[in-house]
Amino acid sequence: MFELLKQPWHWALSGTLIGLIVPLLLILGNKKFGISSSFRHICASCFPGNVKFFKYEWKKEIWNLFFVGGIIIGAFIATVFLTDPASSISIAPETVGILNSYGISDFSSLMPVQLFNWSNLFSMKGLVFFIMGGFLVGFGTRYAGGCTSGHSIMGLANLQKASLIATIFFMAGGFFSTNILIPLIFKYLQ
Amino acid sequence: MTETEFIETKHIETKEEIELRHLDTLCTNESQLVHPWWYNFKYTIVGIIFGIVFVKAEIISWFRIQEMFQLTSFFMYGVIGTAVAVGAISVFFVKKLKLRSIYGEVITFEDKEFNKGQIFGAMIFGTGWAITGACPGPLFAQFGSGYSVIIITILSAIAGTWVYGKFRDRLPH
Repeated sequence: MFELLKQPWHWALSGTLIGLIVPLLLILGNKKFGISSSFRHICASCFPGNVKFFKYEWKKEIWNLFFVGGIIIGAFIATVFLTDPASSISIAPETVGILNSYGISDFSSLMPVQLFNWSNLFSMKGLVFFIMGGFLVGFGTRYAGGCTSGHSIMGLANLQKASLIATIFFMAGGFFSTNILIPLIFKYLQ
Repeated sequence: MTETEFIETKHIETKEEIELRHLDTLCTNESQLVHPWWYNFKYTIVGIIFGIVFVKAEIISWFRIQEMFQLTSFFMYGVIGTAVAVGAISVFFVKKLKLRSIYGEVITFEDKEFNKGQIFGAMIFGTGWAITGACPGPLFAQFGSGYSVIIITILSAIAGTWVYGKFRDRLPH
């Protein structure tokens, strides 16, 4: 059983478990599944400045930060105790080919360690992949009113048209980025 | 209701404050109950389960996100599609059976109104999603999984949210 847990999980099992988070949060306390709001609560609690958008009763939303804290702990547990260190991720050969052309050749880990490491932080790649990428995620999710959790899972599960529109444009942005922007980034930032 | 005696942050919100809290956010807390802060640890436990799934399903992988947007693998579509289906069936039954929370509170749903942010903001997020290889949940999981440099990405995301809040009034909605 334990050895089975250590294998990568099937998408249907993973999708089912993620979907079940929705009713679990509802039943535990009438809470709506969503994560990107945690960034707003951190702003509101730590540095609201004089910005009206951050002057609200953030303590009422603190459950969301406990939830996010759990994600960090859960990811740690899964990595340390539930992952076979010898395993590597299997990636579609077409994608391996494209990434090879970018100079990414290390597929031993869930993340491309050649890209996501501290020594890249003060390079142009670090600026793009950590700082600009993170900024777009934080700015865009709040502008859109939610992320993949809030819109694409909770919102679609609740049959919200606004969430469907948001999801379509999340995907549009992703296709643009992966197929047009990222090739340019790797071409010009070596 | 003895737990209300523990209230630490009793604060009666005005209608305006409630509207402000709900701005551009789907997952606000609609519950009227006020509990001691440590009641929130149950959400930490849900988060732990979620974090484990994120890693075990390899959803936190930058590679999986590239595959999804290069259309070279069905994996992420399978995960998200299944999650939406299970979530939708669950919400249907929660509504149909008028389920209550474990504290006996009626579970409520609010409709989200469309605004142009769901086009512009969503495109901006989508662009960042493919670059970082993560939406907000997996960002926290990447960090917990040992990719410590992702703390910079998380801090940048917080900065992005702050800048949005600062200039919100000047953006088309």
